[in-house]
Amino acid sequence: MTVRIEKLPPERERTLLAAYSGAVASTRWRNLAVVVAIVALYLLAGWMAEVRPLTFLDNIQNFTAYIAQILPPLTLDNLPADVAAWYWGLPKWLALLAETLLMAYLGTLFGGIAAFGLCFLASANLVRSQALRFCARRFLEVCRTVPEVVFALIFVIAFGLGPMVGVLALAIHTAGALGKLFSEVVENIDMKPVEGLAGTGAGFVETVRFAVVPQVLSNFASYALLRFEINVRGAGVMGFVGAGGIGQEFLVAIRNFYYSDVSAILLLVILTVVAIDLATERLRHHLLGREAHA
Amino acid sequence: MSRRPPSPLRQAALADLDGLRRRHRQVFRPSWSRRGVVIGILVGVVGLAVFAMVRLDFSLLRILHGLGRLGEFAGMMLPPSAEGRFGLFLTALGETLALAFLGTLTAACLAFPVAFLAARNVVPNPFLRFGVRRGFDVIRSVDVLIWALIWINVVGLGPFAGALAIACSDFGALGKLFSEAIETADRKAQEGVTASGGSRLHRVRFGLVPAVLPVLASQVLYFFESNTRSATIIGIVGAGGIGQYVTELIRVLEMQQVAFLVLMILVTVALIDLVSGRLRRAIIGAAAH
Repeated sequence: MTVRIEKLPPERERTLLAAYSGAVASTRWRNLAVVVAIVALYLLAGWMAEVRPLTFLDNIQNFTAYIAQILPPLTLDNLPADVAAWYWGLPKWLALLAETLLMAYLGTLFGGIAAFGLCFLASANLVRSQALRFCARRFLEVCRTVPEVVFALIFVIAFGLGPMVGVLALAIHTAGALGKLFSEVVENIDMKPVEGLAGTGAGFVETVRFAVVPQVLSNFASYALLRFEINVRGAGVMGFVGAGGIGQEFLVAIRNFYYSDVSAILLLVILTVVAIDLATERLRHHLLGREAHA
Repeated sequence: MSRRPPSPLRQAALADLDGLRRRHRQVFRPSWSRRGVVIGILVGVVGLAVFAMVRLDFSLLRILHGLGRLGEFAGMMLPPSAEGRFGLFLTALGETLALAFLGTLTAACLAFPVAFLAARNVVPNPFLRFGVRRGFDVIRSVDVLIWALIWINVVGLGPFAGALAIACSDFGALGKLFSEAIETADRKAQEGVTASGGSRLHRVRFGLVPAVLPVLASQVLYFFESNTRSATIIGIVGAGGIGQYVTELIRVLEMQQVAFLVLMILVTVALIDLVSGRLRRAIIGAAAH
């Protein structure tokens, strides 16, 4: 079946075409302006950050050479012994890795508890007092904006070296980051149970316990798991400032050019982080899935 | 909340409490299996926490002692002052912003084409997809500071190494997010392009890219926000930016200047949050219209 499309009168066609090309041209110009602005900013940033493309090109073989250097000297004939030599410090590194994981766990737990306590105060639908809400929010913001390494640097001087400092620094940052996410969850709850409990004369704590917590717990747990995963990465570098974990060992290896140690520790860290990534993702899907069924 | 006079319903319910308990026994009886699960989880969490605290040498004495010193430091921080180094700090802050911007944009430009290779609705080959995804995972699992240490060995100390480090670690994270955004894109526009005779490249260019571009742009802005935070610490290993000063000044206990620097960081991050929040809303809003 062929359909013949009637042609528009030439005058109408001309005006329509002109309007169309005008509209296209204006978006083109706008896009071009945005691209030019971004490129200009990029060049400015490059100038400020002392980017030297020529040095980079000159030294790019350093990068591949470095990668080649840190690769372990494995040979096929003598594989088990080579691997054993590569991982000569395995017991020590595993202990440090366990320490790193425990730091992340405790940091997430303490930070999560603090965030749990604070998030209800920062939620607009539960707290009427604007001053209280404002204070809670600003406090959370300060906690999450100051990087955890800065907290760790200060705490190392105050509390002395060691993993405890790393835990405290992680906990403060976690409290800030989770507090914000938690209060967003709380602000999106169904308000009917809250009104029901308020109607029976329940106080603030009772309302939160029986109307809010059952709605938000699985989401909270999912965010806490996500944060745990981030904290494992963060705990890995806490050792750079002397706050425990595997970071110290890694820094020593990289600064003293113990090439095979660098790759050995890096591989251990990557494997651990990827494993935890996959495990928490499973758990989170499980948690959120259960909520969807309920 | 103020105490209200008890409602008639509440009074009636209280009067007939025993009767209510008898008639609706299953409501008042706690379910032991559920309670057991909750108690089990709690015991596990607390037990692991106690083990961890013992293992990591937590001591109340040290905490109390340290809190005292922290109080001292807080006193030393007041009033925050730059002590004549404001210009220097401002330059360092500009450098921090520059390397965050450079790193994020570079990562986004590199991750954009590669992310399509990891999306199920573009590349049907599962092996390629799997490989690209695991590559993203590996790159992502290395912290920015570690990347900075590696790049310092290549290009020397300075902000350039920091920008490269941010670009690397964000390449993994943005690649993963981009590919997820591409996979969840609406299929209708793509089917329309295919139905009107477009090739696979046309489908991606005219059906997919316009649909996902605003989402990706908003994710990039979000990363720029979070990168200004991480760029402030990258100087700790010598990769440029304001972190260098923060580290040095904390080590020599120049607490007034530290407080000033932290305030500068807080204000800058708040400003960037504000601007990029506006921009993100504008971009996403444009997509919704």
